[in-house]
Amino acid sequence: MKMTGFWLLLALTAPAFAQMDFSGEWAPVQDEDDTGNPHIGEFIGIPMSEAGRLRSEAWSSSYMTLPEWQCRPHGAMYISRGPSQVRIWKEVDPVSRQITAWHAEWLRSIDNPYYMDGRPEPSELAVHTWGGFSTATYEGEMLKITTNHLKEDYYRRNGVPSSDRATLTQYWIRRGDYLTWVTIAYDPVYLTEPMIRSSEYRLALNQQIPPYPCTVVSEVDRPRGVVPSEMPGANPYLGEFGEKYNIPIEATKGGAASMYPELARQIVKERNAAKK
Amino acid sequence: MRTHNRNWILAAGLGMAVAGSALAQPNRGPQGPPANPVAAAPQIEIVPVRGHIYLLAGAGGNITLSVGPDGVLMVDSGLAQNADQVLAAINQLSQRLATEGQPVKSYAPPKPIRYILNTHVHADHTGGNEKLGKAGKTFTGGNVTGEIADAGEGAAIVAHENVLNRMSAPTGTQSPTPAGSWPTETYYKDYYKLSHFFNGEGVRLTHMPAAHTDGDSLVYFRGSDVLATGDIFVTTSYPFLDIERGGSLQGEIDALNYILDLVIPEFRTEGGTLIVPGHGRICDTADVAYYRDMVTIVRDRIQNSIKKGLTLDQIKASKPTADWDPRYGSGDRFVEAAYRSLTAKNKK
Repeated sequence: MKMTGFWLLLALTAPAFAQMDFSGEWAPVQDEDDTGNPHIGEFIGIPMSEAGRLRSEAWSSSYMTLPEWQCRPHGAMYISRGPSQVRIWKEVDPVSRQITAWHAEWLRSIDNPYYMDGRPEPSELAVHTWGGFSTATYEGEMLKITTNHLKEDYYRRNGVPSSDRATLTQYWIRRGDYLTWVTIAYDPVYLTEPMIRSSEYRLALNQQIPPYPCTVVSEVDRPRGVVPSEMPGANPYLGEFGEKYNIPIEATKGGAASMYPELARQIVKERNAAKK
Repeated sequence: MRTHNRNWILAAGLGMAVAGSALAQPNRGPQGPPANPVAAAPQIEIVPVRGHIYLLAGAGGNITLSVGPDGVLMVDSGLAQNADQVLAAINQLSQRLATEGQPVKSYAPPKPIRYILNTHVHADHTGGNEKLGKAGKTFTGGNVTGEIADAGEGAAIVAHENVLNRMSAPTGTQSPTPAGSWPTETYYKDYYKLSHFFNGEGVRLTHMPAAHTDGDSLVYFRGSDVLATGDIFVTTSYPFLDIERGGSLQGEIDALNYILDLVIPEFRTEGGTLIVPGHGRICDTADVAYYRDMVTIVRDRIQNSIKKGLTLDQIKASKPTADWDPRYGSGDRFVEAAYRSLTAKNKK
């Protein structure tokens, strides 16, 4: 009987030895692309639905001067793609020493808890948050995070919307001092396909995330009730991105095809044909 | 009963005996938007909002409950055919809260429904007034008890006077709703305050003229920092502007901006004042801001088209709500009501 208990205990505690630790201060590595400063009209690579495209094209950057949005954080749909550092820490049950939750917080986010204690999901009627409600499990040495109850948010900080019906699956993959953060967004309103993106972070032992205080002020003197927006089909800035980087305007409009290399090949092919 | 952490779904079994009444009539509010056409017993769900404030959903429009030592205060009462299930759910919640953690000998019956506050006239928010009102018992002042025999019978039903005007009819004519469902106390100025704390906090109704209807009230629980908006704000559809009953597009936008003036987020546009919409999930500042933005942008697009001389059909064909239709459904009814409101001679 005692031996049975020993083996049972061993079986229960064995996964703890295999669990990757993600704790620490991490700095973004943005070698691949500048995700923090998109142009207006830069929608390439996002599998936007028609509604998503229409809404993105009507977005005005002045929108962010509204009092309600000045102090908003970046939500879960964008924050791991941003240029900010992230701190990751874990909660451990003092008795079992099992990890009960992981937490992540960036410069301009709220605390994002990822629960591992088996708690049930909130009601569909519960409030949605910028970080959503997340549960996490280990898959080998990866951490898989599943998130719902998200607020409406953006996929890119140039007005590409995500809906409050979207969900998110994330993976943390650590290789030594590097962390790959994979996000897969599912959105029945504003995406036509799941959108998979990844970001890289590097361990930064001397990092300290500074405070990010925010006070709402009158940034623009405008009549009460004005909500900045461009009229459909009348946004004068949409073409600037394509012109600057010599990309056909149709390709800058995003959509599922713009995620795949076939589009780039097609553009090159057409250009070569035009030269002949 | 389905359990969501601290949430409760009080399944229809609570009141199956009365399900027949739900099946006997079309599930459509006589004065409101079409309700779920499937006439089945409702699935009542109660979700904690904050402290002693709860959301009761599934009975028609959302019902906000204050449950505590003074009894029960309801904001709206759901559809008439669901009143028995609502009452059973409230009694079960009250009983549980009254006995939770108490020794058996100290059990006391939960206190009754004291107030029903109606946010507006529609039947999915006032339909349960009569039955739930009769099941309750309001407070009476010490100087009138014993002099007015029926003063303490039934819960007080409070609403803006335009709600009473639309539910009742001049003497000698047929009223659209039974007299037992009418508000027993009304106000006609900008606001109405309960004359004393209820369950430890002040409760204030604020009239929003010409928004969803002409009798809309926001109900604010001052201590809990919870706001019940009625159908001025919903998460399930575009605004329903009931033009026939005094609603207007600009009044709707003004009301949403008023809500945003009132609420305060806890941190980074999240939390803080919690908002119970007329339909849908619990919200906070950001959710209302997104909704206000959507309504305002659509208003601007329609207004722009009107200035260009487009007809209603042309405006509908231009699909000014296309950006949000996958989220809220067809925008045609909203566009039509908005157009009517913007082109009315004495537009508000």
